[in-house]
Amino acid sequence: MDNIENLTSEILGQIEKALDLNTLEEIRVSALGKKGRLTEQMKTLGSMDPEERKTAGQALNVAKDKIAGAIDEKKIALEKAEMDKRLASETVDVSMPVRPKQQGRIHPVSQVMEEVLTIFAQMGFDLAEGPDIEDDWHCFEALNFPKNHPARQMQATFFMGEDNVLRTHTSPVQIRTMENKKPPIRIVAPGRTYRCDYDMTHTPMFHQIEGLVIDKSTNMGHLKGCLLEFMKKFFETDDVSLRFRPSFFPFTEPSAECDVGCSRENGEFKIESGKGWIELLGCGMVHPNVLKNCGLDPDEYQGFAFGCGLDRFAMLKYGIPDLRSFFDADMRWMKHYGFLPLDIPTVTSGLSFNAGVKK
Amino acid sequence: MKFSLSWLKDYLDTNASVEEISNTLTKIGLEVEEVIDNASALQGFIVGEIKSVEKHPNADKLNLLSVWTGKEALQIVCGAPNCRVGMKSVLALPGVMIPKYGEKLEKGVIRGIESCGMMCAEDELCLGSDHTGIIDLKTDAQAGTPFVDVLKPDIVFDVNVTPNRGDCFGVNGIARDLAAAGLGTLKKTDAAPVEGSFDSPISVTTQTSDCPLFTIRYIKGVRNGESPDWLKKKLVSVGLRPISALVDITNYFNIGEDHPLHVFDADKLTGNLTVRSAKDGEMLDALDEKVYTLRENMVVVADEKGPQSIAGIMGGTPTGVDENTVNVVLEAAYFNPMSIATTARQLNAESDSKMRFERGVDIATTIQANHNATQMILDLCGGQASKMVVAGSVSQEKRIIDFDFNRVQKLTGMEIAHEKMVEILTILGFGVNGSQITVPSWRMNDIFGSADLVEEIARIYGYDNLPTLFMRASEPITGILLPDQRKEVAVRRALADAGLCQAITWSFMDSRLAKLFNSKGIKITNPIASDLDEMRPSLVPNLLSAVARNTSRGTPDCQIFEVGPEFFGSKPEQQHTVACAVRSGQTGPRAWNETPREVDLFDAKADAYAALASVDAPVQSLQVYRNAPSWYHPGRSGTLCLGKTVLANFGEIHPAVLKAFDIKGKVVACEVFLDNLPPTKTKNKNKALHISSLMPLTRDFAFIMDKQTEVAKLVNAIRGVDKELIADVRLFDVYEGDKCPAGKKSVALEIVIQPKDKTLIDEEIESLSRRIIGIAGKVVGAELRS
Repeated sequence: MDNIENLTSEILGQIEKALDLNTLEEIRVSALGKKGRLTEQMKTLGSMDPEERKTAGQALNVAKDKIAGAIDEKKIALEKAEMDKRLASETVDVSMPVRPKQQGRIHPVSQVMEEVLTIFAQMGFDLAEGPDIEDDWHCFEALNFPKNHPARQMQATFFMGEDNVLRTHTSPVQIRTMENKKPPIRIVAPGRTYRCDYDMTHTPMFHQIEGLVIDKSTNMGHLKGCLLEFMKKFFETDDVSLRFRPSFFPFTEPSAECDVGCSRENGEFKIESGKGWIELLGCGMVHPNVLKNCGLDPDEYQGFAFGCGLDRFAMLKYGIPDLRSFFDADMRWMKHYGFLPLDIPTVTSGLSFNAGVKK
Repeated sequence: MKFSLSWLKDYLDTNASVEEISNTLTKIGLEVEEVIDNASALQGFIVGEIKSVEKHPNADKLNLLSVWTGKEALQIVCGAPNCRVGMKSVLALPGVMIPKYGEKLEKGVIRGIESCGMMCAEDELCLGSDHTGIIDLKTDAQAGTPFVDVLKPDIVFDVNVTPNRGDCFGVNGIARDLAAAGLGTLKKTDAAPVEGSFDSPISVTTQTSDCPLFTIRYIKGVRNGESPDWLKKKLVSVGLRPISALVDITNYFNIGEDHPLHVFDADKLTGNLTVRSAKDGEMLDALDEKVYTLRENMVVVADEKGPQSIAGIMGGTPTGVDENTVNVVLEAAYFNPMSIATTARQLNAESDSKMRFERGVDIATTIQANHNATQMILDLCGGQASKMVVAGSVSQEKRIIDFDFNRVQKLTGMEIAHEKMVEILTILGFGVNGSQITVPSWRMNDIFGSADLVEEIARIYGYDNLPTLFMRASEPITGILLPDQRKEVAVRRALADAGLCQAITWSFMDSRLAKLFNSKGIKITNPIASDLDEMRPSLVPNLLSAVARNTSRGTPDCQIFEVGPEFFGSKPEQQHTVACAVRSGQTGPRAWNETPREVDLFDAKADAYAALASVDAPVQSLQVYRNAPSWYHPGRSGTLCLGKTVLANFGEIHPAVLKAFDIKGKVVACEVFLDNLPPTKTKNKNKALHISSLMPLTRDFAFIMDKQTEVAKLVNAIRGVDKELIADVRLFDVYEGDKCPAGKKSVALEIVIQPKDKTLIDEEIESLSRRIIGIAGKVVGAELRS
């Protein structure tokens, strides 16, 4: 019996000292293999008397299990050490950059246009469109600009020959809509507009969005409520105050300019009430002559219209300084001010990424 | 429109503060752009009296002054030539902000001599443009008196008058609006009618309907000297230069009462006056020092020699008044606004008078204006007035609007007491008789119907009182975009996702470059610049310009797209919506883990497919043709078509085109014609998907075929061999090198075979392979490479 114990502890000692899997396998074969030392011992059991065989057999089984267990344990340890060593040799400088990928961007005007549509959709507005080249009727005449009226000089118009112009505003879409659809009407119409003007704050092409509501009861109070809700949602703040000032547009009566409360502190523009005003858009009740020009009876139908500069909304909301840069297609500008392709404004996810962040 | 507070108070009896007046003006629709308060800028300046003048020892042109401040005598270096002992001028002490420079004055040393202050010239205080010498204050005020107490500068309002409010181009019109808003009461300022003591030796007739009323008055024996200070000060306060009493008086009524007047030197006129149409080619040497050539539609005031003024716009130099004028003809008239606007535009002439006539002045008060101006001429220049000569007549037309006062609530939502509404209209000059509202003569160009009256009441009552009524959709919204509108949004997002940046470029371009893009010659009549003179026939050119700009700024590798209109005619709706993507230079920057390559046409083709796939176009059924337009490389471009309809162009841009844009490297582009897309499928449902549980297997084939033959033909033929079994055909290599026979290429395909019901046995695979090889030979003459 001493023999078995000595043998066991000797083998365990070898296992303990084994440095690699090959050595361990050799030890296993030499101990437990067909001709292994313990196997040899097992073979001697047959020549023993039953009592002795029982004792020795049990001892041998215990020793076998012990050794097999130790080998398994050691094997796991050695395998781990070996993998650790391999992995250590495979170390890479993870500070190095990833493969370059071209990141595309959405232009701020398109982004803002989608934001605006998302808001007006919830107020029941549809999207309407009209052509960039307009005839005199849709661009001026039907909108109650008489020929030679000084009001036309407010608009530096690009002419396309005698009969047509590049639209100076999105208001012709009002006419096209009323000509083709019976009230109730609720539409917004974004698009390119053109005026012969080019300086620090004007570009010969820019973007407007037009709003038109026609039914039997919509009044200036609704106009105020509609614009107030729009500003709150668009600028993503509840601290919005609006001021309406009487103004003049040939196609609305009464007419108003709408200012929104804002502050400009340390060069940072912010929508908030009580600190100053910025002019945002022109609006009013659709002029009876315009309704008549579209075949609607002004004693029966009424409603409001507004028009505003989309580029300006983008500049104010996202802090973009120079209007002229909007149309320059500078890669650096587009990458800096553009929006990620999957940053899509929706009713469910909201308009801008930081909308939900507490300020 | 500029006017001063004191001028306003000539017409409005008010105690309102400057701030109240300013706020009210903006609230009632006369937006105040600026309130100019010279007094605040002049605080700190005092009257200084020169006690001695000596030559500066180190400079010929400088003087050394001793200036008494009322407390002490200061040594001041001054270069003004008009310094003299006893003169009082404006003194700035160190620390005072000098308006012209926007900087505080500091004690200085000039040529070695200390200067303890500055004597000021007019321009340095922004009071005028004079810099010939220091201000000579002819005043009794003691040295040390604040300068503002001597100058008593007026507050000046600059308001933005909307084009419908011609009447507010007179200070009296502005006063009336303020009175209606409760800021005071309107004063009566009209002079008593001047009867005149003799018949005018000059008569007048009007021969044109564009001048329904023309009045003159002959005043003899006038002295046309300088105007009195009160008049000069008023004109200067609104930026006008006093000229002579007669001219200043016409300017005074022009601004004060919106009545443009004119004065002729009677002795320079020949015979009687006629208001008539000009004869083609008649000339006038006008007061703005330009010579105008007139046309037949223009109205002139002529004597027997010819035109002496462009009616209502500009007088002529030969008959103008000057310091020697003794006898004068005063003109007060009314001209048709349209005629004035047309003539002025044709002549490119501007004047304060034209600006008012084209917006419409009050014809009904024209005769009174003649009386008012005559009286002032008599007061300031002396002389004797003739009886008034009147050609034409004041139209007696009255406009009465039958007004339902409930319209105010219906259109604005504001509940306003009936009495309040009547009061507002009355003060504004409307006649109110029950529901019958008479429009005042000065609002005839502006007020036509009920909506106009609603605005009058609403603006004076105040838009601040508008209720806030919310609008909501009547039912939950699930999407408002029409299919075509949705396509634009989807294409934008898809191209951005493909790594391109969205640009928005002008709808117009340089016609010289447009020629390279099938220009339709859609010219803008009045372009803003000669290189922005034609509507773009394609989106490609403006994006090429963008590539050129970016390259010159150090970014030659561009990935840019735009979605917008291209134009094929100059009429409405002659435009298509196109998505265009360009890529230039390398596919990316140099990187340790990826090697960039030059962009090629397959990048553009991929962009076209990405755009088309995003809008659910049938990309599997598209044919590729070699018929891209001329701005593409003829051998490296194509179109994607559905039947005969071209959905997209793609390819390398033609090197000759790139040269025209001064681009050195390669540019590839695609144009996707969104208007050409087939209508969106109405069904949402997909065919059921059957996923086989059997493993797919692949077989590689290499064919030798003619170089000229398109690989797509081979691939499509093989796909057709067994649509059940052949799941995919992938081109993985093309070789055209030495090891190929001349004129041939080697094409390597990986064919994916997907068993459906049972595993294929070797014979079946063999059989399929034989059919594939057979078809390849039959359709494109390809042979299996040995």
